[in-house]
Amino acid sequence: MALLKIKNLHANVAGKEILKGISLTINAGEMHAIMGPNGTGKSTLSNVIAGRDGYEVTSGEVLLDDNNLLAMSADERARAGVFLAFQYPVEIPGVSTSNFLKTALNAKRRAAGLPEIDAMEFLKLVKAKTKALGIPDDIIKRQLNVGFSGGEKKRAEVLQMTLLEPRIAILDETDSGLDIDALKVVADGVNNLRSADRGFLVITHYQRLLNYIVPDHVHVMSGGRIVASGGKELALTLEAEGYAKYQAA
Amino acid sequence: MAAISQTTAAVRDVEQYKYGFVTDIETERAPKGLNESIIRFISAKKDEPEWMLEWRLKAYRYWLTLGDQEPTWAKVTYPRIDYQDSYYYAAPKQQAKYESLDEVDPKLIETYNKLGIPLKEQQMLAGVAVDAVFDSISVATTYKKKLQELGVIFSPISEAVKTHPELVKKYLGSVVPYSDNFFATLNSAVFTDGSFVYIPKGLRCPMELSTYFRINEKNTGQFERTLIIADEGSYVSYLEGCTAPQRDENQLHAAVVELVALDDAEIKYSTVQNWYPGDENGKGGIYNFVTKRAACRGRNSKVMWTQVETGSSITWKYPSCILQGENSSGEFYSVAITNNRQQADTGTKMIHIGRNTKSRIVSKGISAGRSSNTYRGLVRVQGKADGARNYTQCDSLLIGDRCSANTVPYIESRNPTAQTEHEATTSKISEEQLFYCLQRGMTQEEAVSLIVNGFCKEVLQTLPMEFAVEAQKLVAISLEGSVG
Repeated sequence: MALLKIKNLHANVAGKEILKGISLTINAGEMHAIMGPNGTGKSTLSNVIAGRDGYEVTSGEVLLDDNNLLAMSADERARAGVFLAFQYPVEIPGVSTSNFLKTALNAKRRAAGLPEIDAMEFLKLVKAKTKALGIPDDIIKRQLNVGFSGGEKKRAEVLQMTLLEPRIAILDETDSGLDIDALKVVADGVNNLRSADRGFLVITHYQRLLNYIVPDHVHVMSGGRIVASGGKELALTLEAEGYAKYQAA
Repeated sequence: MAAISQTTAAVRDVEQYKYGFVTDIETERAPKGLNESIIRFISAKKDEPEWMLEWRLKAYRYWLTLGDQEPTWAKVTYPRIDYQDSYYYAAPKQQAKYESLDEVDPKLIETYNKLGIPLKEQQMLAGVAVDAVFDSISVATTYKKKLQELGVIFSPISEAVKTHPELVKKYLGSVVPYSDNFFATLNSAVFTDGSFVYIPKGLRCPMELSTYFRINEKNTGQFERTLIIADEGSYVSYLEGCTAPQRDENQLHAAVVELVALDDAEIKYSTVQNWYPGDENGKGGIYNFVTKRAACRGRNSKVMWTQVETGSSITWKYPSCILQGENSSGEFYSVAITNNRQQADTGTKMIHIGRNTKSRIVSKGISAGRSSNTYRGLVRVQGKADGARNYTQCDSLLIGDRCSANTVPYIESRNPTAQTEHEATTSKISEEQLFYCLQRGMTQEEAVSLIVNGFCKEVLQTLPMEFAVEAQKLVAISLEGSVG
């Protein structure tokens, strides 16, 4: 079952073409990894899927469950089930992590025609999730991402993902700046979320993360295009040989 | 970025003032204009003693000597006010005195219900007593009996003039003298109603006291006068709210609030100001030119001002503390939000006179649309204020790129042992923050409200519980339309 379908996607940033015809299909239950050198458009792809301002799609299609994502605003896409774990999670001073999470969860519940979750119920839910993820639960009282270490920020992203239960989760360089312990917590969280009706797109520069989150498919991106695709072994080849041969192409 | 330009674009479109309705009620007014006979009229209407009338006339005669010398130092602009083109007294026609709330005109009760201020005691928020002021007079005061039993006086000031003349005489004008400034002088001459509060020695007032001001009549100025006295060792928390109908012309609101805290007394004064702000082009709205000052007269006395200013087309307001008593302290927490063409010039004055006096100022200004938002604050440490301390923090948040934020701090220290600290920041709601919230499924409005409430949190959490939630909603409402 095709969950996310990207067809010949072209996109510009500040008038310059960055994505030059990306096609990719992610089926429900699959984990895809996109690898590639810096500056090849990996993050642009995740921002275009999520609907960030400043990214202009010039042609192509992006469908989620056969619905046209490109016609939706960023918040509509999120409520439809697109989740982006940020490379640099943003600080929001004065807003507790729990208040942020509750507001987000309720926005999603409202869109699904569900009643809003009350404070007590929410607290119970979020405590269960932090426990399952092995994240200290005092994180929810702290201001969102303010003064968080790199590891805490990424763990908070996984906590958000766990609560919001997306259809398709995109992890944008989630491994950057993580020590091995933090990387394991993040990977465990992601692995626990793997299910038959959910898809993942993991964007990474390094093979390391893929030792813990094992992809079904690996794609190499270079110059705004997917230049090679394969199974998980492709990641190991890349680790050994580098990106040079794709960059030359 | 597009999110920000959408934000600015939408600021112009929407005006969401849900209190803009007018109550259709028969009104008694004084003739238009200002002269001695109008003042005599007001005084007679209030059935005031001679000394009160004399005080008013003294103020009025002094005001005449000021000519048209309104203060001009604030960063606000408005056309010259014609003081003869306004009514100075308007009151709903009614029987002179209510024995119980059941006798209050149902239309008035309905008006306050619509404003979310139920006057029927059984419907009220537990633990809040309300004085409702409609145009020039107080229409209802709730929980009066219960408070009386405790020795608390909470009544319209027009009543207190008659029932407790000794207290009113002693304290009225003792913090803000009739000659203080142009608008305070005008208020002293023509003030119509407001609240009077006296908390007896040693009493911790068990309920919040609250006054709700409503301007209804056209072309009418509201000049209320509030006087709160906290006797030795007492405590009171007081809240003031206000709204006005949506009208095309500007209306003047020139209030005076005086607080007196004696030894070991504490007053917490919270304002949620939501006067009609005018439309998106700056037409109409209230001129909120208000003098608020507290005298911390006693040792260890404490006054805390909290204000959430979201309304008015122009706000000119500096709730201040005169820290006379040894070891007294003053705090000022402010959120001022301006949108569309609103102008705010607001802040505080902390005057350190006594030894070991402390003050703390936390100001959060949020500007959107084409508005202008200025923090203006004075910290003055006088020669004998050994060990005085001040901490000031001013943060400004800009939404869009056509608004302005200004910070004008004055610090004057005449005592070498004093310590003053000042911190200021200016920031914008970033495209990153907005996108982050949107990506989690929040709408633009939810996102802005969340970010702005986070920015104001330190101030909002000083409000009494019952009102903190309301204030949070108000913050969101006043920025409605500032996002796409």
